[in-house]
Amino acid sequence: MFTGFDFDVIARSAPYLFREGMTFTLTLTAMAMTGGIFFGTLLAMMRLSSHAWLNVPAGTYVNLMRSVPLVLVIFWFYFLVPYIGAWMIGAKQPIQVGAFWSSVITFTMFEAAYYAEIMRAGIQSVPRGQVSAGYALGLTYGQTMAQIVLPQAFRNMLPVLLTQTIILFQDTSLVYVLSITDFLGAAAKIAQRDGRLVEMYLFVAVVYFVISFSLSLLVKQLQNRIAIIR
Amino acid sequence: MIEFKDVSKWYGSFQVLTNCTTRVDKGEVVVVCGPSGSGKSTLIKCVNGLEPFQKGDIVVNGESISANATNLNRLRSKIGMVFQSFELFPHMKVVDNINLGQVKVLGRGAEEAAAKSMGLLKRVGLEAHAAKFPGQLSGGQQQRVAIARALAMDPIAMLFDEPTSALDPEMINEVLDVMVELATEGMTMMVVTHEMGFARKVAHRVIFMDRGEIVEDAAKEDFFGKPRSERAQLFLSKILHH
Repeated sequence: MFTGFDFDVIARSAPYLFREGMTFTLTLTAMAMTGGIFFGTLLAMMRLSSHAWLNVPAGTYVNLMRSVPLVLVIFWFYFLVPYIGAWMIGAKQPIQVGAFWSSVITFTMFEAAYYAEIMRAGIQSVPRGQVSAGYALGLTYGQTMAQIVLPQAFRNMLPVLLTQTIILFQDTSLVYVLSITDFLGAAAKIAQRDGRLVEMYLFVAVVYFVISFSLSLLVKQLQNRIAIIR
Repeated sequence: MIEFKDVSKWYGSFQVLTNCTTRVDKGEVVVVCGPSGSGKSTLIKCVNGLEPFQKGDIVVNGESISANATNLNRLRSKIGMVFQSFELFPHMKVVDNINLGQVKVLGRGAEEAAAKSMGLLKRVGLEAHAAKFPGQLSGGQQQRVAIARALAMDPIAMLFDEPTSALDPEMINEVLDVMVELATEGMTMMVVTHEMGFARKVAHRVIFMDRGEIVEDAAKEDFFGKPRSERAQLFLSKILHH
């Protein structure tokens, strides 16, 4: 069935694919996850605030990001970030952000909206009485959040956060549209150079599947290990 | 020590507290009782500002809790509170539950806090459980940890919001014993409870509430001997003889 295919191209290009492509993909995933969870948590706290000047902007942001296709956001930011940056620091020329930082900022801001919804559910999963108990000890809002609510929210939501991270890992392949050499981009380059499209895209699919599937197994394992004893 | 001056509170247009005026003096044990929905828990939660109120004032140790100049966090740290559903922090070990406020609010060092915590755990008979998580303890044990957590702040008064209502019957006494001991040591206490045995034993005064009003506020002997209001008589007859 596979006569006429040349799977050697994979072995020949593997070092390049992983060293260049996969490194970028994983770096982008890790940075967007960290930033996304950080800003997502802030957004979630804002959305749950009783002050309209906090919850309205946060809600608008989250809903906007969640209703726009990621590819569009990637394009927008790639073209707009240099101008926004210039406007913010008052420079005359657009700032050269570069494709890498442009993609990090885009993914962080996009994923923050999704992580925000997860963290909002997590914060709401912590009983009100826990907050009262914190306040009754004399803890401030910030201390109550940091010591009592967020640790429990994270633990309750860890499986969902990791599942969202798996989706993020797959979504990073969209930086392809900025002709960045992520894992898919690297494979595409080789595929076109050597005329081995089928082999390379099959290989890419297998690699994404293996990584995503093992991560989801890990999530299942973790789910049982970290449950809070109640 | 704690003075309630004409405290009124509304949820929207529904009035939950109506002109509540009373006081708890230093060293006094005051039991608050009444039918469910009468506003007892709401009243006690007003003392440390967990429930805001719209009218009147509460003065704790000379400080008005609704005044802008009052540092509410500092005031709260001086008033211990024990909740119906314990509200221990499930992600922290028992000893860390007791350390938290000491370290974060009072600024005690880790060792000093831990020593204090272990002393209090010993006092409530739970020093063997220090390294466990709250979920591994029974309800009665959890409530004793919660009392220790409140005592660790060296409070000037203790508030109890139905501390035994969520407990299985066989565990009620182990919690009441700790509370009786506290009362006999002279701790200022305000206790919302249906445990009339506890009230008879250690209370100085009993406040009876119904529909958001303080209907009766009397010395223990008078309250149990000859309650003046019909509502209190009815309530007592219902919970004492069944």
